Amino acid sequence: MTGVDAGAGAGDVRYDRAREGATVLGIYLTSIAVALVVAALVLLATGGSWTSVLSALLDGSVRGPGRWGTTIGVAIPLLLVALGTIVNARAGLVNLGQEGQLFVGAAFGTYVATHIGAGGPGVLFLIMLAGVAGGAIWAGIAAVLRYQRRMPEVLTTLLLVFVASQAVGYGLKNKNLLLDPTPDQANRNLISERLRPDTRLPRLDWFGNEFPMTAFVALLMAVLVALVLRWTIVGFRLQMLGRGPRTAHRAGVSEARYGGLALVASGAFCGLAGAFMLAGGDFGNYRLTPNYPVNIGWEGLLVALVARNHPLVSIPVAFVFAGLRTGSGFLAATGVDRDITKVVQALLVLALLVPPAVLFVRNRRRALAAAAERV
Amino acid sequence: MAGDFFFAVGDVLSSETTYSSGWRLAVALGFVAVGEWIAERAGTINISVEGAMLAGAFAAAMGYDASGSVAVGLLIGAAAGLLVGAVQAHFSHNLTANQFVVGLTLNILVLGLASFLNSSLKPETATAHVFEVPGLVEIPLLGPALFGQPWPLYLLYPLVPLAWWLVYRTRWGLEVRAVGENPQAADVSSIDVNARRRQAVYIAGITSGLGGGYLLLGQVGWFEDAIVGGQGFIAIAAVIFGGWTLRGAMLGCLLFGSANSFRLSLPAVGHPLNSELLSSLPFVLTICVMALFAHRTREPQSLARPFIRGLR
Repeated sequence: MTGVDAGAGAGDVRYDRAREGATVLGIYLTSIAVALVVAALVLLATGGSWTSVLSALLDGSVRGPGRWGTTIGVAIPLLLVALGTIVNARAGLVNLGQEGQLFVGAAFGTYVATHIGAGGPGVLFLIMLAGVAGGAIWAGIAAVLRYQRRMPEVLTTLLLVFVASQAVGYGLKNKNLLLDPTPDQANRNLISERLRPDTRLPRLDWFGNEFPMTAFVALLMAVLVALVLRWTIVGFRLQMLGRGPRTAHRAGVSEARYGGLALVASGAFCGLAGAFMLAGGDFGNYRLTPNYPVNIGWEGLLVALVARNHPLVSIPVAFVFAGLRTGSGFLAATGVDRDITKVVQALLVLALLVPPAVLFVRNRRRALAAAAERV
Repeated sequence: MAGDFFFAVGDVLSSETTYSSGWRLAVALGFVAVGEWIAERAGTINISVEGAMLAGAFAAAMGYDASGSVAVGLLIGAAAGLLVGAVQAHFSHNLTANQFVVGLTLNILVLGLASFLNSSLKPETATAHVFEVPGLVEIPLLGPALFGQPWPLYLLYPLVPLAWWLVYRTRWGLEVRAVGENPQAADVSSIDVNARRRQAVYIAGITSGLGGGYLLLGQVGWFEDAIVGGQGFIAIAAVIFGGWTLRGAMLGCLLFGSANSFRLSLPAVGHPLNSELLSSLPFVLTICVMALFAHRTREPQSLARPFIRGLR
């Protein structure tokens, strides 16, 4: 008798699970569809045709000759920023300062590159290290303020973005900091000296697609982050801190140490992304310029959100976001403004925020109903 | 050298245009800060005020283009701000999505939408006419700044006492403050916590949209993507800088607005002060004030913490 019951129960469970999965999938697909329909409506309202936009986007991101390489080049920093954001988010913290941390990292890298006066792999490594240090220091300020003065890290990281852009802007006006000291500079632009050819990252050429070799470093990092979060004690403690700060406290996980570690790691990833951008050649032609991060920091944060804080999922998401970006350069021919891709990205992110929230509310309502039945 | 510099500062301080431009810049922040102050008293931080401001500016441009009336433009701007505020409110205080994530995404969305629509619709705009309050405008130095401005600026003057009255003298305001301090207790006293928070965020959206409309029709005169350029964030900083009092927030706006006008007017008299320092002043100062006076300022105790019944 028990056997029959158990069998029926297992069948029910399997059926319930399938139905549950279908519902979850349905909610996700509906949200994405709504976002795309809204984007299409915006496009139609201004008289654009979505087929030509889609085709231009595909041409610009993957179909055109050599475009894979360009897209990969943009995806590298996006992925790194997203990875840092993921580590941070898993520890229950919200870092909104990626853009600033990336900028400071790139500036530190530029300073080292232009002041060392030598080249070679050792110097290249130093540039990367300087980038990591820059990002980590910028996020470290927020970490210190969070755990010494109890200031919410959300606000401090956000405010520090603007301080970063002004600080680097100041550096770019001074010749002994970042500004190109060449006296016969054509139009006195606020740009740094170009990186020496022997301090640039090697670029690979696969079937006419050129991209820096850091693509593999970024992929490796994604796997590493996934492994560390899944299998190591540090990763476990970070996530314990994120999911149940009280439990973590009881279990002896120091909030300041692990929370601070997560914030600094997040900044370090952004700084590394900045150094990769600088030495990789896809941004600014090996020079630091004002407004150098060009929203890569913000978009990397969106990548982490869309990937729902999974390091491996963020690989394809970063590629798609990079594709939207590189593809937008080809939109001019269709007469549609390239900012439509920003709209699409933001709408997708908003759409993907809905399903988990809806599911959360639904599950809670069910649990409450079940609890009420039991009484 | 140093003497020269102080002469230059003196020149700037004795010219009426300094006060006028400082006041104009401060008022743009003030519109946003008034609403954001109410929202923060309810325990929410809306970084989407930046987006609401931009939406307000663009919608005001469209409204003015279509109707030719500044008042209609401002109304439509406020409505656009309300729309952004409503999305923020429902995502973060109904669906319980993280308010900062929603706000940031909204900012990116509005920036993309506004620049996309602007490039295809290209609204034609103008500035509102200057209205000089008779008598008061004669006050030396400050008169023209306070009472000789484009008329949308004067909308802030009644708005500030109105916000004070709303928060400190009405039942709704009491509930809003309760919700910001102790949502669990408010919930037990049958106050709908998330509804109050949503309403506070709507107000922040409306005033930010109005601020954007004022920025466009009262100050700049044409729409550009960078018209807001972080002023929403500066207004948030002003609210925090002011220690979550209306007085302090307005003082913060005045300080940050004047810093901005100094940045613009010092080079004009031949003394480029370090403009990066002045631009980052609001943010550095806010961080310092928060770090130094963290114990003395009373922030709303549940600031930025979402409320879900049964979860703390």
